[in-house]
Amino acid sequence: MDRQFDGQLGFLASVNVLILVAALMFVGGSFINLFNFQSMGAQVPELGLLSLGVMLAMISGNGGIDLSGIALANLSGVVAVLLVPFVVSPEAAPSAYTFSFALVALSTGLVGGMVNGVLVGYAGLTPIIATLGTQLLFTGIAVGLTGGSARTLGYIVPMDDFGNMPFWGIPLPFALFVAVAAIIAVVLRFSSFGKRLFLLGSNPTAAFFAGIPVRRMLFHTYTLAGVLASIAGFIIAARTSSVKWDYGTSYVLVAILVVVMAGVRPAGGYGRVICVVLSAIALQMLSSLFNFMNISNFFRDCAWGVLLLLFLASARIDLTPYRRVRS
Amino acid sequence: MSLSATNEDHAPRAGFASRTAGFFRRYPEAFAALLIVVLCVAVGLLNPAFWQLANLFDILRASVVRGLFALGVLMVLAAGGLDVSFSAIAALVMYAVTKAVTLFAPDMGMLSIFIMSAVGGALLGAINGLLVNTLKAPSLIVTIGTQYAYRGFLLTFIGTALFMNIPPAMDAFGQWSLMSRTAENGFTVQLPGFVLVLAVAALATWAMLRFTLIGRAVYAIGGRPDIAERLGYRVSSVQLFVFAWAGMLAGIAGIIHVSSNRLANPFDLAGIELSVISAVILGGARITGGSGSVLGTLLGVVLITLVNNVLILIGIPSSWQTAILGLFILCAGVFFVLQKRAG
Repeated sequence: MDRQFDGQLGFLASVNVLILVAALMFVGGSFINLFNFQSMGAQVPELGLLSLGVMLAMISGNGGIDLSGIALANLSGVVAVLLVPFVVSPEAAPSAYTFSFALVALSTGLVGGMVNGVLVGYAGLTPIIATLGTQLLFTGIAVGLTGGSARTLGYIVPMDDFGNMPFWGIPLPFALFVAVAAIIAVVLRFSSFGKRLFLLGSNPTAAFFAGIPVRRMLFHTYTLAGVLASIAGFIIAARTSSVKWDYGTSYVLVAILVVVMAGVRPAGGYGRVICVVLSAIALQMLSSLFNFMNISNFFRDCAWGVLLLLFLASARIDLTPYRRVRS
Repeated sequence: MSLSATNEDHAPRAGFASRTAGFFRRYPEAFAALLIVVLCVAVGLLNPAFWQLANLFDILRASVVRGLFALGVLMVLAAGGLDVSFSAIAALVMYAVTKAVTLFAPDMGMLSIFIMSAVGGALLGAINGLLVNTLKAPSLIVTIGTQYAYRGFLLTFIGTALFMNIPPAMDAFGQWSLMSRTAENGFTVQLPGFVLVLAVAALATWAMLRFTLIGRAVYAIGGRPDIAERLGYRVSSVQLFVFAWAGMLAGIAGIIHVSSNRLANPFDLAGIELSVISAVILGGARITGGSGSVLGTLLGVVLITLVNNVLILIGIPSSWQTAILGLFILCAGVFFVLQKRAG
């Protein structure tokens, strides 16, 4: 099963190398130094976690997609910022504050993901409509709670360290991201949940008659996507020391771009975690490269759009005969 | 009202539920109409200042651009697709056309400006249609891509500066008013002439969906693409057509936006996509395609505009609008799913 995807994996690895070579040619040493890698490494997790959520939704098939990811991430941060000071004072007990912050953020993500899961799984809404509605709902709640302004956390040592202090040269958010991605990869590959999810995505009718609890599977999938989004929300809050309802609105597109670039089939049933991780890293490096070359943000948006279309085209032209030969 | 209540007393409860479900299935527009009535009555009771003609003018004025977008989205949805690039098309067309007219032909007539923007929008929409056909990917993903490509193209290559002195023809068109009324608070509110453009576009879309072969093809392809293809409809040409139609309406909407605001801002109209799609969904169009009506769409647009404009009147702060909009969509989604099951 995984041998089919080696082409995609090799392709993504070479894209990464290609971007590095291009960076060396156009920018030189300042791109390759440790500091730049650390700053890129700290930025990948937000995008990567959201992309993993989109990937899970897409694998589950039936037009599965999660458009509410970044909205839920921001909402988790907002809820935690507003709620936690009632329980723990950030000045007196910074560690306890950080811990409760993470706990509240994750619970918000869990609840938000469950809302998506109930709507898609049990109520039977089309994923696009359900997550479109919850995207507006989550964003709206975050706007309503904060009145539309940013909330700053202040300097909370353990949390700030987590976001901005590399440990043995590795940014901790990146380490967390890799750990989470590894867990999801293992779950998808070895657990019965993963096997059933792929079957569900490739043929929902067969899955239903094979006795797979389709509704519960969808519920769990979207709940998991919500939890992933809230981890991203915690990382955003830790890294920027503030939360705002409209942070990273372009992630809705970019996460889909990452997932499509990683070769996840929009129709469901295929997708590999390692490819998503590699493609998120590639996009982050490309984005940094654009920054180094002083290319405007507007052009970057244009490039993301064109890239998305190109990858859709390449999935259509190149890989289909290739896969047929290999299998 | 009282008549139906007495009927209900005699009939068994399940019968009433299934009849209600049947009613809403036959007239999905009624759901939006019901919400509008409930909202208007509630707002009117809490704040009697709501009931005045000036307010109606305001709502109509605010509905025009969103209404044009929504008619385009309705076409695409009915054919089983989804378009989120219309706002970028409108921004690109409005800015490019305004800039070109100002620089090269400042005294061009309004009709030629409209034709230019309609053709430009239709071409961009046709690109969407071609891509959806050739890439065989979900149209949501394709149009997310083109949305960023169009807007990025506009801001990188055409310009980012505000355009204050728009061509005189557009300025005059934006100021053209059918009627004017002085509101209780002393402001004069006008019923702008461009409301007629929405009326014409709605009539044209309605007539096309109702009476022409291509209109039937749109519903057929949205409902069951495989069967439609076997019946001899060419799926690819119909898709090209609906996306081009949506693009054309978006181009016209862009020009109206510039005329009524009297400035061309390339950053405008971003982020309006979700509220437009919500309007169409609230109007009873199914996201899976094959259904939807012009009347329902217009009702949905009015409903969304009401949410945006009148909640302030009853003391709900504007920061909660987005959340309420989201709730409405989810309610509509759940409602339509449940009534499908009940029947």
